[in-house]
Amino acid sequence: MEEAGNTLLLLVLLVDLYAVSTSRIQGCIRASALHGVLLAALPGTLHGHLGTHALVIGLGTLAVKALFIPHFLMRALRQVQIHREVEPSVSQHRNLLAGTCLVAFAFWLAQRIPVPNSTMPTLLVAVALATFLLGFFLLVSRRKALTQVVGYLMVENGVFLFGLNLAGSMPLVVELGILLDVLVSVFVFGIILFDIREEFDHIDTHALRELAD
Amino acid sequence: MTLAFLIALPIAGAVFCMWQRELSRHFVALLSTAVGHALLVGSVWMHGASAVTLGPLFAVDPLGLIVLSLSSLLFLVAAFRAVPYLLHATHDPKAAPRVFVPCLLWFLAAMTVVATTQHLALLWAAVEGTTLATAPLISFYRRRGALEAAWKYLILCSLGIAIALLGTFCLGVAADASGQPASLLVNDLRRLAPFVPRSWLVASFVLALVGYGTKMGLAPMHSWLPDAHSQAPSPVSALLSGVLLNGAFLGILRFYQVTLAAADARFAQDLLLALGVLSMIFGVGLMAQQRDYKRLFAYSSVENMGILALGAGLGPLALAGTLFHMINHSLAKSALFLLSGNILRRFGTTQAPEVRGLQEAIPATAVLLVTALFAIGGVPPFSPFWSELLIVRAAVVAQHPAIAAVVLFLLASGFLASIAVVMPMLRGKPSNSGTAAPLESWSSWIGPALLCGALFTLGCYYPGWLDRALGSAVAQFLPPNR
Repeated sequence: MEEAGNTLLLLVLLVDLYAVSTSRIQGCIRASALHGVLLAALPGTLHGHLGTHALVIGLGTLAVKALFIPHFLMRALRQVQIHREVEPSVSQHRNLLAGTCLVAFAFWLAQRIPVPNSTMPTLLVAVALATFLLGFFLLVSRRKALTQVVGYLMVENGVFLFGLNLAGSMPLVVELGILLDVLVSVFVFGIILFDIREEFDHIDTHALRELAD
Repeated sequence: MTLAFLIALPIAGAVFCMWQRELSRHFVALLSTAVGHALLVGSVWMHGASAVTLGPLFAVDPLGLIVLSLSSLLFLVAAFRAVPYLLHATHDPKAAPRVFVPCLLWFLAAMTVVATTQHLALLWAAVEGTTLATAPLISFYRRRGALEAAWKYLILCSLGIAIALLGTFCLGVAADASGQPASLLVNDLRRLAPFVPRSWLVASFVLALVGYGTKMGLAPMHSWLPDAHSQAPSPVSALLSGVLLNGAFLGILRFYQVTLAAADARFAQDLLLALGVLSMIFGVGLMAQQRDYKRLFAYSSVENMGILALGAGLGPLALAGTLFHMINHSLAKSALFLLSGNILRRFGTTQAPEVRGLQEAIPATAVLLVTALFAIGGVPPFSPFWSELLIVRAAVVAQHPAIAAVVLFLLASGFLASIAVVMPMLRGKPSNSGTAAPLESWSSWIGPALLCGALFTLGCYYPGWLDRALGSAVAQFLPPNR
């Protein structure tokens, strides 16, 4: 089981790097769908058994993060008809380089602060931190509002991965509450996105700078 | 049972409104929920807070009760103000009046959970819920500025809150490491705090402070706050400043409770002090260059959140004053934002230099505006004077005379800066721009008048029940008896 868990974690890391280095918004959305699938499979794999609790959370994650959200984002992408779907300010090589540096930092940090009496693979914290940091990077380095939403989802996924370290699992209602928050947040992001599109005719966040002191 | 009703009532109201297209039914749902919620909170006071629990996850503790009561009271005031406001907004083709009431009620539901839950991850989920419920309210008018503010608010607060969840999980990892069965319930964590690895405890507090601090508007993570507060409809601004910020502060205080239960919490106090002073400097500095009166009040919120963080950082001695100041700030700032809505309605602008003759045009609003401004500026006999005095006194007692001096200087500067903007608005001849409503209806100023009355009363007479409530809340920060 340790083998399978580590493989899944490495796949998460690869998807992270893909999301950061691609310049196409569709690519980012697909990456977040893949994340959803991997995250749904991880809790059961890591804990080695599949209780009702893990099953409910796994299926919920699959439905929300792998199916609903990517579908919703793709639809939003079609509806707002972004003419240039390529981020103008993205250099793939530079992003990949920056992403790799962040991954290296995450691994170094995970080594420095080992999780005390954890039964989880040591890779977990490193990958969780890397996903968190790369999501953060995606969010601040891109202009298109949709890519920023994907960045936010990656940050959230990183925190979810880190949460797998908790031995005493949380009450089901709390975990479902967190999942519901993610679902609703993408919904609200979408609503405001449509309004922005109506008003500004595009969703380039660099134009959102009327308010300042 | 009371607690189940408290949470279920606003949810039921919100769901009801999402199925109803008639605005008049929305109003009925809004007002009856607001009144019912306030009555239920009143019954919690009657029963005594400790008797009210629901499962392992929910319980009303003295600290949560203060936040809950403030939320309920201010929601009631804002709800009554929101009805005429919304009727007026139906003339605006871009506004979406049908999302308004459901979002307000979801916000109340999420805030109730924030104030009553004992589970830190559920607390997190509810704080994020308040962000999601208020974002469509900020973009209500769908003008460019409003949409920009809502987007900034969503991105920054969601991100900040994600950091807070990382902090929550760090605390969980720390509790697991103590070798005893652990949960994320505050009281369990406080019991285990002395036995957890220090590095994880520090990490969790820092992450939670940065995360919830973003939502609370502490500098340098405050940049969403002035935009959101100035662009939102005024009843919503009042709720953001008077209710939402307290929820984020409660998040920080929960982590602070746990950290104080560990042996040495010096680092947490120093961090709170530093962020508090920084927020005051940012808030006052930016107040001094404002021409927009709503942004002025927003930066005053940044300043006051700084005072709260600083007061918490001074240790248990200043906590009673800090919680008292939280109450005072909420009352005063809600009044100010509700009044700013009256000015905006009459003059059609938020630029202070374009507003003249307030005294002649809307006299009741003008008088109350000055009253609330003096109150929040710390002028006796209003209650913020006493809470600020308590905090400054604690700074002196805690051997931080420099901080006390800086705080006094900043408080005075902030007061002068706001007076300098608002006083010229009062005099002169009113211009007739905007949607001129010639008569000032009583419904526009009765809520702020009640809030100003409360500030005056609390300043002259400090009731015993309030002292007991604050005292038992402060006791929750002292190390548990073992």
